[in-house]
Amino acid sequence: MPLDLIDSPDFDAGYREGLWTLNFGPQHPATHTTLRLVLKLDGEMVVEAEPDIGFLHSGFEKLAEVLDYNQYVTIVDRMNYISPMANEIAWHHAVEGLLGIELTPRCKYIRTIFAELMRIHDHLLCTGTCVLDLGGATAFMYAFNEREKIYEICERASGQRFHTSYTRVGGLLYDVTDDWVAMVRDFCKTFPRAYRDFAGLVMKNRIFVERTRDVGVLSQADAIAGGATGPVARASGVERDLRRDEPYLAYNDLDFDVCCAQGGDCYARFQVRMMEMLESVKIIEQAINKLPSGPVFISGTGKEGLPDKTEVYRSIEGLIHHFENIMPNRQMPSPKESYYGATESPNGELGYYIVSDGDFKAYRARTRPPSLLHFSLFSRMIRGCMLSDVAAVLGSINIIAAELDR
Amino acid sequence: MSEFTKLKESLESKLPGLVTAWSEFRSQQRVAVPASHIAQALGVLRDAGMDQLVDITAVDMLEYPGATDRFEVVYLLLDTQSGQRLIVKTHINEPDLKLPSACPIWFGADWLEREVYDMFGIVFEGHPNFKRLLLPDAFESFPLRKDYPVKGRGERHNFPIITRAES
Amino acid sequence: MATQIDKQLGDNVFLSTVDAAASWARANSLWPMPFATACCGIELMSTAASKHDLSRFGSEVMRFTPRQCDLMIVAGRVVMKMIPVLQRIWLQMPEPKWCISMGACACTGGVFDTYAVVQGIDRFLPVDIYIPGCPPRPEQLIKAIMDLQEKIKRTGTYDAREFKLRILPDGPSRFDEDELVRIRERNGLQLEAPKYDPIH
Repeated sequence: MPLDLIDSPDFDAGYREGLWTLNFGPQHPATHTTLRLVLKLDGEMVVEAEPDIGFLHSGFEKLAEVLDYNQYVTIVDRMNYISPMANEIAWHHAVEGLLGIELTPRCKYIRTIFAELMRIHDHLLCTGTCVLDLGGATAFMYAFNEREKIYEICERASGQRFHTSYTRVGGLLYDVTDDWVAMVRDFCKTFPRAYRDFAGLVMKNRIFVERTRDVGVLSQADAIAGGATGPVARASGVERDLRRDEPYLAYNDLDFDVCCAQGGDCYARFQVRMMEMLESVKIIEQAINKLPSGPVFISGTGKEGLPDKTEVYRSIEGLIHHFENIMPNRQMPSPKESYYGATESPNGELGYYIVSDGDFKAYRARTRPPSLLHFSLFSRMIRGCMLSDVAAVLGSINIIAAELDR
Repeated sequence: MSEFTKLKESLESKLPGLVTAWSEFRSQQRVAVPASHIAQALGVLRDAGMDQLVDITAVDMLEYPGATDRFEVVYLLLDTQSGQRLIVKTHINEPDLKLPSACPIWFGADWLEREVYDMFGIVFEGHPNFKRLLLPDAFESFPLRKDYPVKGRGERHNFPIITRAES
Repeated sequence: MATQIDKQLGDNVFLSTVDAAASWARANSLWPMPFATACCGIELMSTAASKHDLSRFGSEVMRFTPRQCDLMIVAGRVVMKMIPVLQRIWLQMPEPKWCISMGACACTGGVFDTYAVVQGIDRFLPVDIYIPGCPPRPEQLIKAIMDLQEKIKRTGTYDAREFKLRILPDGPSRFDEDELVRIRERNGLQLEAPKYDPIH
């Protein structure tokens, strides 16, 4: 039954009662995480989809009100867990905006490199599992090969391979070493080859192309009014990238293109993600060549920034500085204001709206999750598609439940 | 004339005398609008070019020093053409926790408003499908209010237990 | 005489019980069901993917339907809305079955000591192996599966007899139920009193 016929007002009302109702999730391989869809089917065509979310609602925003700006970084890590460091960078970007801190050049560059590594990290998993859901297991293995290399880079810098908790207000947990730089250079050298293998398997694969082309179309007007950002919006032709439009970190000094596509279908979203990975490698190469020397923490006479650990253990001044930073009633005061800071995370605009009452912890810290708005557009995208397209559309918009539900 | 002054003028000419509380912090523009006129103000801003609703959120001002109103509802708007952002705030108090829905203006407001209701209990009138978004329907409290404890009131322990013998 | 038999049979025959043989077979053909909710699910994927390759350890096929599985790996935090789903999936799995609680959140609630997160799935489900870590490394998951294989071989599973005596779930020590009831009364809550309720 064509959709415009169903939508017409004089259509038989009994038709809706005759539709099949299918429950999809919360435990289903294509949902990757935990979300539920109630689908109304006419034969194999999806007429209505009602998402039901909240299966991973863990009270992140309530925790933000009891933890201070440095402690909460361990929680935001667990928000978009396929690119943990992108969340840390976004959170401290907002906090530093509120406190009015200008980072050191070295810290900016290291954070930029990590932000781009995380973009590759995220897109690899998203594209890999998207192909896996459509029946191609090999590409998934290729993607995980490269992801393991990024895990090792993270581990070398921070000591943890997954939830790094690497950024601090005004700096980083540790400075990076020379062998970390060598690892990143090595990754930039080997990644394009692995990318070719991966893209060669998928991009012109007829089964994949036919299952994603013209499926789950999101128009440009819908993308803007519905609040879509990041790759999902860019695939619908919205040319907007916070890295270029509201430059933060070191993006002003680096040369890169904003990747856009026109179709707005699953294949366009897939293409945008694939192109962005190559752009990210380009950015990392430039940044690692320009990596300035110097401290990673802002030098403060005041209380911004933690002191170096060797100073804490060996000098009384360092110890006092550390104490002043850590004790709850002695920390740096923040302005009694509210501030919205946003970054271009791999998934879209990840922002934090922080309200401060003067302490070194947030009175309220709202996360602006890109996944939530993308998933609210899902029922528009899937309307009129086949049941088997649900997996393709879910894979292409990259829903991360922990970010969706918080 | 910059984008921002255009916005300011169009808002002040359409709603004369109501929109006066403009402020700026680290080059972010904010405006406070009375709750009775929030729908009109958002409509005017939409027509003036703010085509994307970035976020809707609320803040419970119960323990905020010097606050006079209980809830502050915040709309983050963006013009995708020029990149101009604007933060619109409005204040409401108990027992009348009601605001008009922004869904007719931007359909992206749908889930954002449901989440605000879920967390704070603020009702958006005129919303097409208004119910809880994240928490189970049987949940009775609004967890992001300041008078709700972080560890909850025991709801997380209230489930049947399955033992080896039973399963 | 004995030497004659030894000479003829040698290493070709060994004696055992049916239990041991069944346990040995079961231990090396575990079919896990990944109940992946959060971050640990990604590490679970890493474990199954190319570098770590879980199939080397006799845990080959991941099945996404509970009816084909005998090992549930709960990877990630489980929240209020999810625990009824988890319990239902557990009940759908055929006996004999085992459960691995992967990561700090599934074991204890981890960093999420909030209103929504269940403080350890062992409060509502039986668990065999706990893996610490946030998230655990793939090596830890592989070790846990090897430990579980040891456990299956050692304790046996034939007809699930050894489970008959277990009435309560394993886990942290119990507490005085009345305390929780008192807390709820103080807060004016109308929740029905639970059968068993551990305190955090």
